[in-house]
Amino acid sequence: MGEADRRAVGAPVRKKDAMALLLGKPVYTEDVTPADCLVVKVLRSPHANALIESVDPAAALRTPGVAAVYTWRDVPQKRFTQAGQTWPEASPYDRLILDRHVRYVGDAVAIVAAETEEAARQALKRIKVKYQVLPAVLDPHEALDGPVLVHPEEDWKALCPVGADNRRNLCASGSDADGDVEKVLADCDVVVEHTYNTQACNQAMMETFRAYTELDAYGRLHVVASTQIVFHVRRILANALDIPKSKIHVEKPRIGGGFGAKQTVVAEVYPAFVTWKTGRPARMIYSRQESLIASSPRHPMEVRVRLGASKEGTIRALDVYTLSDTGAYGEHGPTTVGLSGHKSIPLYTGNLEAFRFAWNVVYTNHQSAGAYRGYGATQGIFAVESAVNELAERLGMDPVALRLKNIVRQGQAMPAYYGETATACTLDKCLTRCAQRFGWEEKYPVRDMGDGRVRAAGVAIAMQGSGISGVDVGSATLKLGDDGCYNLTIGAADMGTGCDTILAQIAADCLDCEVDNIAVFGADTDASPYDSGSYASSTTYVTGKAVEKACARLKERICALAAEMLDCAPEEVEFAGRAVRRLDGGGEVSLADIAGRSMCGSAPALQITCSHSSPTSPPPFMAGMVEVEVDTRTGGVKVLDYTAVVDCGTPINPNLARVQTEGGLVQGIGMALFETITYSDTGRLAENSFMQYKIPTRLDMGKLDVTFEPSYEPSGPFGAKSIGEIVINTPSPAIAHAVYRATGVWHRSLPITPEKVLLGRRGKTDG
Amino acid sequence: MELNFTLNGRAVSADVRPDTLLLDLVRRLGCLSVKRGCETSGCGLCTVLLDGAPVLSCSVLALRAAGRRVDTLEGLQEEARPFAEFIADQGAEQCGFCNPGFVMNTIALLRENPDPTDDDIRAFLAGNLCRCSGYEGQLRGIRAFLNSRKGGEDRG
Amino acid sequence: MLTIKHYARPQTVPEALRLLREKKSNVALGGMLWLKLQDKTVDTAVDLAGLGLDAIEETPEGWRIGAMVTLRRLETHTGLAAFTGGAMAESVKHIVGVQFRNLATIGGSVFGRFGFSDPLTLLLALDARVELAEAGRMSLRDFAESDIRKDILTHIFIPGGKVEAVYLSQRNSATDFPTLTCAVARREGKVACAVGARPARAQRFDDEAGQLANGVNEESAAAFAETVARRAVFGSNTRASAEYRREVCRALVRRAALKLEEE
Repeated sequence: MGEADRRAVGAPVRKKDAMALLLGKPVYTEDVTPADCLVVKVLRSPHANALIESVDPAAALRTPGVAAVYTWRDVPQKRFTQAGQTWPEASPYDRLILDRHVRYVGDAVAIVAAETEEAARQALKRIKVKYQVLPAVLDPHEALDGPVLVHPEEDWKALCPVGADNRRNLCASGSDADGDVEKVLADCDVVVEHTYNTQACNQAMMETFRAYTELDAYGRLHVVASTQIVFHVRRILANALDIPKSKIHVEKPRIGGGFGAKQTVVAEVYPAFVTWKTGRPARMIYSRQESLIASSPRHPMEVRVRLGASKEGTIRALDVYTLSDTGAYGEHGPTTVGLSGHKSIPLYTGNLEAFRFAWNVVYTNHQSAGAYRGYGATQGIFAVESAVNELAERLGMDPVALRLKNIVRQGQAMPAYYGETATACTLDKCLTRCAQRFGWEEKYPVRDMGDGRVRAAGVAIAMQGSGISGVDVGSATLKLGDDGCYNLTIGAADMGTGCDTILAQIAADCLDCEVDNIAVFGADTDASPYDSGSYASSTTYVTGKAVEKACARLKERICALAAEMLDCAPEEVEFAGRAVRRLDGGGEVSLADIAGRSMCGSAPALQITCSHSSPTSPPPFMAGMVEVEVDTRTGGVKVLDYTAVVDCGTPINPNLARVQTEGGLVQGIGMALFETITYSDTGRLAENSFMQYKIPTRLDMGKLDVTFEPSYEPSGPFGAKSIGEIVINTPSPAIAHAVYRATGVWHRSLPITPEKVLLGRRGKTDG
Repeated sequence: MELNFTLNGRAVSADVRPDTLLLDLVRRLGCLSVKRGCETSGCGLCTVLLDGAPVLSCSVLALRAAGRRVDTLEGLQEEARPFAEFIADQGAEQCGFCNPGFVMNTIALLRENPDPTDDDIRAFLAGNLCRCSGYEGQLRGIRAFLNSRKGGEDRG
Repeated sequence: MLTIKHYARPQTVPEALRLLREKKSNVALGGMLWLKLQDKTVDTAVDLAGLGLDAIEETPEGWRIGAMVTLRRLETHTGLAAFTGGAMAESVKHIVGVQFRNLATIGGSVFGRFGFSDPLTLLLALDARVELAEAGRMSLRDFAESDIRKDILTHIFIPGGKVEAVYLSQRNSATDFPTLTCAVARREGKVACAVGARPARAQRFDDEAGQLANGVNEESAAAFAETVARRAVFGSNTRASAEYRREVCRALVRRAALKLEEE
């Protein structure tokens, strides 16, 4: 077989677990753990802000089948964060497993462990709680320095200097700037200034949060959890339970979706605490309702944009201020907000003379927010891209032409992106190709289809990062097995994205073998090398590079042993896939023989672990264009076509990259049009089921067209950057743009519901 | 209460409570492909065939299966496999948690309408939520499978 | 969480009614979809599946539909499709999904008299009648406004003859609950209209003033829609405001009336 037809990178290789998943094999947490364990449930606060005056578990404990009931008195009094982040976490240590102070409707009040579901459920009803209900802060505008403190406690702690102050309800604050933004704005012909609001969307992965815990033969806590971050889970549980990390072993089986939700330790602490206290196996499976009211949705943000430009359409200055609502706890609060400016402003590096980006992240008595695909970039890009479209309209310029005049180009340094240089960027090509595939010339003009139906188009561009620069660590352990096969062990988490397969494709090309010759295992804190986990669009770019390094090092070792077997020096042999041969043609030795030799009286082991961390986070880029049909008599917005062209560097697996993109676009369409979380005036969340929290069906999305405009990122494996998150960023601004074109009304607040569209047209709201 | 029914072609007898849901019963009987995704009859993950008709097993009392035929993906592996191969070739399985329900309902669709249009497919599968794939790859896979059945192009 | 202590599957309607009335917390089991959402304890669930109420019959007088007929069967029934000009299928096909509609029964939808019910809206416009085990026959309109609870709906009857019908609904997303439902039907030149999801249950608003008596055109349709939108009472919920619903009512009634002419 020639090398060309064996290349795995760039080929639409099937996911290694595809058929098992499609044929319904039992591979998820609930399938692979024993059902005859303690059922763990949590009693949740009905109040948005309250102190527990008294809690009496006696009646609950008397319920037949109840093994334990725990309240705030029973848990360690050391605060921790549930955010899955590299230590020291930017998120404040503001949680206890159970706190006497409950801070949102749904906050944990007590833990019940019982032999059966029914017993657990009954026990929940029998716990007597008396609350001292406190006033709640439910408007992020009123949080900062307001009269109600969400975290008045003395032992609240921020590990990092993120501008936090619990006495001010401030989870984080800060600013970043380059140049004199006020001066440039004052000198601009046009300044677009508007405030945009994005809502708290739920990741709504199909498998809710769940974890199983037991003590193993060594008395260690063994955790099987649906998580993106096994190593962070280990640390967080150690913090929460106040036990050594060495006492904890975390593994993840197949995961039924994550999208960032499972980058927060939402469910694990409860069964872990039960098992640690009782010594018995325990399992907690979040209901869908719990997953919607007590988890880790997107941070709602208010983003004020001031955009200054010349009348010819040169974008000269951008001033962005973001107010983020982290809810009752600070998980991912200090970090998500940064992306709202740092991953929106740099898109317009082209002619930008000055920028300023400032932010406040406040505590409220809403459900705690967390990490959701896009992680702040989604919110900032909705605002900045909308402002750019508004500028195009003000100037009477074509918004594609306006962008081509101002966007970041390959080789440019991006002051608003930590000073990094766009080492690989085909954003300009993405835009022009997108316009061509979409038919921008024909679709951009507004078309009256009769009976109040109007068709129009909108556009947006986006960027993200590839891992967290200087922080994320990816690792791979590679070992040669008896018959010349390889085991690749990772700590990154395939949550459906296909990273197990993608990393195997990288290894296969490095080792010149078939993808099937690489067995992938992960993630398991005992067995896997340390990896920060799968989030921040890091796995392909960071862990992929670790795989590449491990392959190179292992090949060296294999060659060294082969040279011994071939009686020559290591530099006199070459690695040739299934064999190592002498360069002088004086013989070769098969990989299987080398492997056999390594297992008999030989050293060193043919096993290598390599880590990788990147000092930069090269952004992927993309363009998205949407055609909608607005029914101006009902306000209904129908997405007809969505075209996206993505620069993710080299698409390692074009199939999986395409499906990632399609999935992100549809989540973005849901965010733009109907997904939302709203609260009553007592802080009760309305969208607490899939009947109320609507995610797109296949009738809500129109037709998708996804293609790639690859660049080559020199620091990535085979030139790859990332794709997982960026793909959710364009639908909101593009759809808002198209709706404006159809109706003459800008919707600056998401979602753009039929009611807003209809009443907006009558001048009742500005959206 | 005692319940007798046919599960994946086998006569089964089970002791159930009046409020045992078919979903919980078939999982207890080892059919772990059947998943729970919501509590409000709206996601399609728990789809099984009841006397051949696709239904939400989360919303059927187990006792209502008395004397009837219940099929889960465990029993339809051979019927599912050829079609599933085409979904795998698109990478559209993604996290996989919705796959059994989606595959079951696609089987039901193709039994009822062997030559559906794209709109027929979208309408029939509208009750099968998927958060990962964006649905388009699932549609491509089904289309490719149907084309191959017509003697058209091969997979991939 | 629904808890059921006992399960019964009677073979006759009188037996079912007797069982249902034995205890206050006994309930009739139809499609179970709404019941399942409730957090309550049922003493005996009286399954209506054994009563033979699952037929769609065409009689000389009209269509007699058993209460246990599923929404999916209404959707795919060719006779009903021809009779209603496709409105029957249109009135159910947006409801969740095929698997849901294979369980949900027309009896459940009608007996519940839910505000959001799509088929209730259409049936009201089609002059449907209901048959109850005890209360006997009455118009759907009377039943919808009654507070009958402990009875068993056995059949729904739609008078035959020539009818033209159009069903339209508005939703925030494709398979969501409707924010407005609207059915317009014409028999022997007379136009009946029902509007539901106001969000309260559907109501009839007939063309008593004869605005459409001389034919439906742009002008008369708009005038009729205006009348209906003015007469109907609308409310607000999380999905839409009263103000929005009134506006959509205008749009849908007008469109549905105009569509009568296209049929």
